Amino acid sequence: MSFLTVAFAALFYAATLLLVVGLARRIRLYWKTPAPLKIPTTPAPTTTGGVVLRMFREVVFFESLFKGAKWTWLFGWVFHMALFAVLFRHLRYFQEPVWGVVVWTSPLIKYLAFAMVIGLLGLLGRRIFVDRVRYISAPSDYLMLFLLLGVGISGALTTFVAHTDVVAVKSFFRHLMTFNFETMPNLPVDPLIIVHLGLVALLMIVFPISKLLHAPGVFFSPTRNQVDNPREQRHIVEWARKLER
Amino acid sequence: MAKAEFEIPDLKEYPEVPPVQPGSMAHSKPFVAKNPKFMEPLGYPAELVDDWQEKAIEHMGELLGKYRSLQVFLDACVKCGACTDKCHYYLGTQDPKNMPVARQDLLRKVYRRYFTFAGKYFPRLVGAADLTEDVLEDWYSYFHQCSQCRRCSVFCPYGIDTAEISMAAREIMDRIGLGQKYCNEIIGKVFKIGNNLGLPEPALADTLEGLEEDVVDDTGVEVKYPLDQKGADILLVTPSADFFAEPHVDGLIGYGKVFHEAGVSWTLSSKASEAANFGMFIGSYENMRRISLRIREAALELGVKRIIFGECGHAWRVAYSFLNTLAGPFDFLDSNYPVPQHILEFTWGEIQKGTLKIDKSANDHMVVTFHDSCNVARATRMGDEPGGQFIVPRNVIKAVCNNFVDMDPDTIHEKTFCCGGGGGLLTDDLMELRVKGAKPRMEALRNVIEERGVTNMAAICAICKSQFTKVLPYYGMGMDMIVSVHQLVSEAIVLTGQDAGDDEQEDSTEDVA
Ligand code: HEM
Ligand code: SF4
Ligand code: SF4
Repeated sequence: MSFLTVAFAALFYAATLLLVVGLARRIRLYWKTPAPLKIPTTPAPTTTGGVVLRMFREVVFFESLFKGAKWTWLFGWVFHMALFAVLFRHLRYFQEPVWGVVVWTSPLIKYLAFAMVIGLLGLLGRRIFVDRVRYISAPSDYLMLFLLLGVGISGALTTFVAHTDVVAVKSFFRHLMTFNFETMPNLPVDPLIIVHLGLVALLMIVFPISKLLHAPGVFFSPTRNQVDNPREQRHIVEWARKLER
Repeated sequence: MAKAEFEIPDLKEYPEVPPVQPGSMAHSKPFVAKNPKFMEPLGYPAELVDDWQEKAIEHMGELLGKYRSLQVFLDACVKCGACTDKCHYYLGTQDPKNMPVARQDLLRKVYRRYFTFAGKYFPRLVGAADLTEDVLEDWYSYFHQCSQCRRCSVFCPYGIDTAEISMAAREIMDRIGLGQKYCNEIIGKVFKIGNNLGLPEPALADTLEGLEEDVVDDTGVEVKYPLDQKGADILLVTPSADFFAEPHVDGLIGYGKVFHEAGVSWTLSSKASEAANFGMFIGSYENMRRISLRIREAALELGVKRIIFGECGHAWRVAYSFLNTLAGPFDFLDSNYPVPQHILEFTWGEIQKGTLKIDKSANDHMVVTFHDSCNVARATRMGDEPGGQFIVPRNVIKAVCNNFVDMDPDTIHEKTFCCGGGGGLLTDDLMELRVKGAKPRMEALRNVIEERGVTNMAAICAICKSQFTKVLPYYGMGMDMIVSVHQLVSEAIVLTGQDAGDDEQEDSTEDVA
């Protein structure tokens, strides 16, 4: 095995471990931290079913953002939906055999890479040109967009411009997933795919220690996930109950 | 127009988002609670403690473990900017630190520095910062430029509520001995005397007697305003401003008339002679709970069956959303009624039952619009349906008034703008902030005055009423155009046995005027 291959094998194991453990710990923290008061932003659903629906609209349509900022919504929503679609298409690099839907949709989804990049450029533009958004941006906010742009553009280039040896790359990951190092092929020495994979690993590593925590966070937001029923049902958490003794 | 030492914002026909002007409100700070007697009764150190930095971080850590909202909100913000133009204080002052996300960042940068990996090792990269004296000064200034109105949380993709952040920040500051005089002094009065204004029992009894006389003079009917009446069915808890401030008191007269016509027995309590609960403004669960427990005690002592709250925004939030948590369970009350109820729920119920005789024409000299109070709109409900908090007050107004007009849809319902004086900022040492923060509401109001001939704005919050009375003149509008919703009810209600002649006489004077 080449040095490059060994290095990337180690990198992806480390990145996966950091991502999974980091996220799990964060989610555990959110789960364990009590919400002592009922604070849904009203009007709020009065039933659990209603809350599930509200959350669905937030996660799938970005409902609140739509109310708040139409351009950000447009670019943000296009970027995210394209991202999820493109991620879905990536299953074909990990599965054996590949699901039918992945195969059927793959030729179409590949063009969504452009939508993803356009969405990101729109968000970047807003960050640079709107004085209020510029004011609130830290270096990491720009870097996150550059990182994702890097992933998106390098990925699109391998798909549309300089094809890489996809078979070898897939085989590399299949071997990683099955911990089979004996027959592991070398990664192709192709700058584009190396950059793409390197940036993806970096993204995985920063995920649990960055604002990307908004992805799990949204599900734990008390203003969105609480049922509006404080008069009907007494809501009290453990530390607050202790005050009553 | 009232005189001011600061520039009063121009009102525009179409709202616009102004450019940022860094530092424009850095000088705005409320008086600090310097006197130990304002701090100690609330359980806080009398003055800034020596090791305040360490202590502040320690308290932040404690709050992070107690409030999921704080933990999730500090992590989740992506700096998308959707909230940046949603705060009335930003729109009125242009100070970028009044943009909700920037306000949060004042706390977030310290959180990141002490509690996150990225902030510990790459502070510059993620905008993390040490807790220095300058940062503390910014905290004191800008966390007292947030009225905790929750407007930002409506538009945030993760529902990040800057009010929660402000509350936490104020709690941390209180715990290191840096408290705000206005809020803390008032809470002290509640503990000592029973209400924000420090009105003792005899003064209350006197005021209520005066009201009874006024109503007899006006209508010839003896409507009672009982105090501490054991065995009454309903305990009415209302903001103490209702006892004498204008236009609040006209609302209290209205509640009494409605109860009278509904034929229910009710009472006020000298112990729980205050609906307001400033414990919420300073983010203190313990103080909020202590204040709430007075209501439970009063209900038990008086042996009532129901609790009803008068017109007040944040008080209704604490009552509707928190009372059951803080002072429940209320299993000793009549379970046929929600605990607590809002006076508007009660009045609307009576209107629907037809127990009230209404003469809408009594309000014909007005074209009324309605100001949704922020806490009622975004943190509570009335009735059974989500959004009842918008419908019930309007239904009541329309039932007693022929001319009702709503303001711009982007400024009502869940998108309503704060009056500019909520969240413990209703104090003269913050006058500039209050006037500037009222701008978006003033703009929407002036537009319906000019386009739709509106003469009066009705409100259901003691703070809103006081704030508008004070700031309307700065914008060249009359302070008396603000009315209580139950004042409208009071005008239109025809009491059983009311002197008919009296009524006509009133009408004819109106014609002359
Ligand atoms: C449950 C899943 C997710 C939801 C509901 C969600 C939602 C959102 C929303 C509403 C925004 C604000 C609008 C915008 O700026 O686009 C946002 C921003 C962002 N999201 Fe997500 N997201 C999710 C997952 C992810 C994932 C998996 C990534 C990346 C790997 C990601 C990366 C970003 C980035 C970088 C921003 C900031 C964009 C900017 O700088 O303006 N999100 N997300
Ligand atoms: S809660 Fe209201 S006052 Fe505070 S930042 Fe949000 S919009 Fe502004
Ligand atoms: S809307 Fe929410 S996520 Fe966006 S900048 Fe404001 S607080 Fe952050």
